[in-house]
Amino acid sequence: MNTTVTIAGVTFKNPVMTASGTFGSGMEYSEFVDLNRLGAVVTKGVANVPWEGNPTPRIQETYGGMLNAIGLQNPGIDVFIERDIPFLRQFDTRIIVNVCGRSIADYVEVVERLGDQPVDMLEINVSCPNVSHGGIAFGQNPDCLFEITKEIKAKAKQPIIMKLSPNVTDIAEMARAAEAGGSDALSLINTITGMKIDIHKRTFALANKTGGLSGPAIKPVAVRMVYQAANAVKLPIIGMGGISNAEDAIEFMLAGATGVAVGAMNFVNPYATQEVAAGIEDYMRQYHIEALSEIIGGVR
Amino acid sequence: MEGKKKETGVVYRQQEIATGIFDMWIETTLAAQARAGQFISVYTQDKSMLLPRPISICEADAANGRLRIVYRVAGKGTKEFSGYRAGTRVDILGTLGNGFPSAEAVGKRAFLIGGGIGIPPMLALAKEMEGAASRDIILGYRNNELFLSEELMRYGMVHIATEDGSAGVKGNVMDAIAANEMQADVIFACGPLPMLRAVKEYAQAHDIPAYISLEERMACGVGACLGCVVKTREKNHHSHVNNARICTDGPVYLATEVELP
Repeated sequence: MNTTVTIAGVTFKNPVMTASGTFGSGMEYSEFVDLNRLGAVVTKGVANVPWEGNPTPRIQETYGGMLNAIGLQNPGIDVFIERDIPFLRQFDTRIIVNVCGRSIADYVEVVERLGDQPVDMLEINVSCPNVSHGGIAFGQNPDCLFEITKEIKAKAKQPIIMKLSPNVTDIAEMARAAEAGGSDALSLINTITGMKIDIHKRTFALANKTGGLSGPAIKPVAVRMVYQAANAVKLPIIGMGGISNAEDAIEFMLAGATGVAVGAMNFVNPYATQEVAAGIEDYMRQYHIEALSEIIGGVR
Repeated sequence: MEGKKKETGVVYRQQEIATGIFDMWIETTLAAQARAGQFISVYTQDKSMLLPRPISICEADAANGRLRIVYRVAGKGTKEFSGYRAGTRVDILGTLGNGFPSAEAVGKRAFLIGGGIGIPPMLALAKEMEGAASRDIILGYRNNELFLSEELMRYGMVHIATEDGSAGVKGNVMDAIAANEMQADVIFACGPLPMLRAVKEYAQAHDIPAYISLEERMACGVGACLGCVVKTREKNHHSHVNNARICTDGPVYLATEVELP
């Protein structure tokens, strides 16, 4: 039984990853999860300089999901290179660094700083809904997405993954724009923009008014978009959005995802990533699957 | 074994000790590592509610492997918890947070100030605290449903304030301190934000340290998601910005280190 998958020339021991922003840089969850069991750790977004993020409350629960408006708080690339990368290097897992910025120059600066670092891939966050210049504009307009992908690809030493926003009319068009710009892979979906109102205080439940919806509530939307993107482009896809268990992960793979990421469910079950990896092996045994290529994009 | 973990505990017993205030003992291995001022995150059985509810530890019985939480029914999640009977299985994540630095009270006159549902952690603290020169326990309630006050009397001099004046001093904990002309060298406090602001101001005016316990909406509870931050005076060692994580750097802070919202 072979659980490995290859994305843009990078081979992962299994398809299970962490969704950016839900797992820090792995340190906190390493108390619960053996990071060696994961295909990759995808870090929280890092910018060229430290970002304070949004005011609180930044979190609200919704039916079967949650809203967050963290605002990409991060310590900046200097601290990240000094602290987070060496921590992750201790483990036998791939490192994917999520990169955020307010301008193309910001992104390029981070990408260039990471050029000589021992990281395997770069995930470009052009889809955070919670910061006014957090890249969402790049992720919602196909021309902008093409442009920023091209600029980053020209400077990147590692393969790049453009992370797509679901807050668009036509995800296939966005996938094609990223492919045309030279992206090596795609990840989707980022969170869906949402809002919650506190009827007792008669105000917004999040300080930022809107937030990104994640969790099991969004899974059908994510599966649909992964399917549409997979059918629009030749690029490998990392699928995410409400994955709780191996069954959910398999669903994404059948829809066309090569990799799968666990996000909000880390908060519900800190062991979720490891359990998804084990559950995929069980599924392979149950259906006598030798290699995951047998199921990736299995529904047409 | 020390360390954070998620495990399934069993409700040992539960009762309502004041209107909407529930007192639950849970059998769990986490009891052995619990410290005053720490909290556990409690998961609902209704899976439409994803996130666990952070609830402070009221007391730990390490010998029998039981943790006690006293909480107010504030919404759907805590409403579900309040219906649990002995034997109900309950998923918990813990123990979380830094806890109160109770050793800071050695040789000093200490105030333990609890307001409303901030009172429960004061019991754990009062039990844990050793070597204080004196212990004044100041409790603020809405009315004369004085939950936990009798138990706290075993650990120090209890002073009560009620909003409606039905017991003790009419007003809040600061009114009780003024009315009794008490003095302290160190303060430990947990309660609503206006109370914590007043405690911080009092501590600054008297130039004494105050350790205050904060709360905020949380997701992960372990420091990964950066959901529950408080503004800090200095740059935080972890975040490298003026934000600290309440779930891991806190929930207890020296009042002068944080900017209360």
